[in-house]
Amino acid sequence: MPSFFTPDFGLLFWMLLAFLVVFVLLAKFGFPVIVKMVDERKAYIDGSLKSAREANEKLAHIKVESEKILKEAREQQAQILKEAMATRDQIVKDARIKAQIEAQKMLEDAKAQIQHEKDNALLEIKGQVADLSLTIAEKVLLKQLDDAPAQSKMIDRMLDELVTK
Amino acid sequence: MKLRQIIGFIMLLLSPLLAQPMVAESGEAQGGVNVKEVVMGHLSDAYEWHITTWGNTHVTLPLPVIVKGEESGWHVFSSARFHDSPDGVYEGFHLGADGKIYEQTPDGDVRPWDISVTKNVVQLWIVVLLMLVIFLGCARWYRGRQASDDAPKGFVGLIEMFVMMVHDDVIKSNIGEKHYRPYAPYLLTVFFFIFLSNILGLVPIFPGGANLTGNLAITMFLALCTFLAVNLFGNREYWKDIFWPEVPLWLKCPVPLMPLIEFIGVLTKPFSLMVRLFANVMAGHSIVLSLTCIIFVTMQIGPAIGGTMTGISVLITIFMDAVELLVAFIQAYVFTMLSAVFIGLAHQESHSPQKEINN
Repeated sequence: MPSFFTPDFGLLFWMLLAFLVVFVLLAKFGFPVIVKMVDERKAYIDGSLKSAREANEKLAHIKVESEKILKEAREQQAQILKEAMATRDQIVKDARIKAQIEAQKMLEDAKAQIQHEKDNALLEIKGQVADLSLTIAEKVLLKQLDDAPAQSKMIDRMLDELVTK
Repeated sequence: MKLRQIIGFIMLLLSPLLAQPMVAESGEAQGGVNVKEVVMGHLSDAYEWHITTWGNTHVTLPLPVIVKGEESGWHVFSSARFHDSPDGVYEGFHLGADGKIYEQTPDGDVRPWDISVTKNVVQLWIVVLLMLVIFLGCARWYRGRQASDDAPKGFVGLIEMFVMMVHDDVIKSNIGEKHYRPYAPYLLTVFFFIFLSNILGLVPIFPGGANLTGNLAITMFLALCTFLAVNLFGNREYWKDIFWPEVPLWLKCPVPLMPLIEFIGVLTKPFSLMVRLFANVMAGHSIVLSLTCIIFVTMQIGPAIGGTMTGISVLITIFMDAVELLVAFIQAYVFTMLSAVFIGLAHQESHSPQKEINN
């Protein structure tokens, strides 16, 4: 029987010793360290992936939010522009109307002034004409009524006129 | 992927070394090659480590012999003493025909208590030392590092990947998530012990080459460890399945037929583990050695056929060594996986239908 078939006591003894040594040392300081580290790394990677996913979700959320805000801002801008335009138009329109009114008023004032001036002028002219005509009439009368009958005749006619009137 | 490359690289490294045993044998080949003796010599344990023979000088590493005689007590001496004395007897001890030490007593030769540091014991300690260096070295690498640091690269990365492959795919998946934790260090130790022993056994020169896992004492010890791990910590369900299995009453009541079969199963499980590993490694070594011996047998017939057969032998030996590398891994894997399966079976949850309904 070859010796490798018959379990030898010596080899069994040494195997027990050697295996116990390697098992105790590796079970205490070897494998658990490696396995623990790998498990920890796995947990860390899982955690990192989870937080990355959350961050991505947050980012997507933020993006949507920002787009919403941008859209709102754009709408608001358009609104403001529209309002500004309307206000401008209104102001221009108002200004125009006001200017028109002002112009109208000025025109009317000018007209009134002119009328007034004209009336005054007419009045003055009238006075002057009256004065002139009086003077002329006086001169004419003085010339025509240098005799008494003519004077009486004249007075009679004038009296008649007043009575009939 | 990485592992495959590494194995391939180791294989490439080993292939030129295959020529080494041929040199070792050529000295003895002159008087005709006794293939059986060569193969058996390599497979067996020895009190010295034969490295090579150069001409007529044997280059050997003498190893300490530690024996306890019947009456003379403990003796510690170098195995080279046997060669020094003319009749091969030293302090009343001599090497027997089976290569083991016998003590000469008045009643004839008896086997003494023998805890000599033999070739296998040295190989055993080389494996243990290598394992300690590799795994404690890797564990050292992690000191002062956080989980958020970079994962290891290079050798530490390879070992980490290897350990985690065994840990997750072999141990955790076969024992089950709930109970695997206390057994993981033992099974990892067993896996790497067998794997490293197998790999070193394939190296034909000094730091390797002993037939460690092809020795029944080693595989018996490993199988015994698994046997204890299974049966010492088996739960109630496990023992109930053995002594009161879920079978019709007549199969277990007057004659305990099923319990008997189940109990034999408890013993055959570690026995199969022991024999499987031993037979695979032993057979692998025998085949590689026999194929190498073809060269010296055919060289005696003639140089032409010898030359041809040398080429063929080298090719086939390289192929066989590659297969043996695969076997080295597979046997370590199978031993660990089956141990894990047996441990898992000793921790199974209740599966009786009544209980399930109650639950």
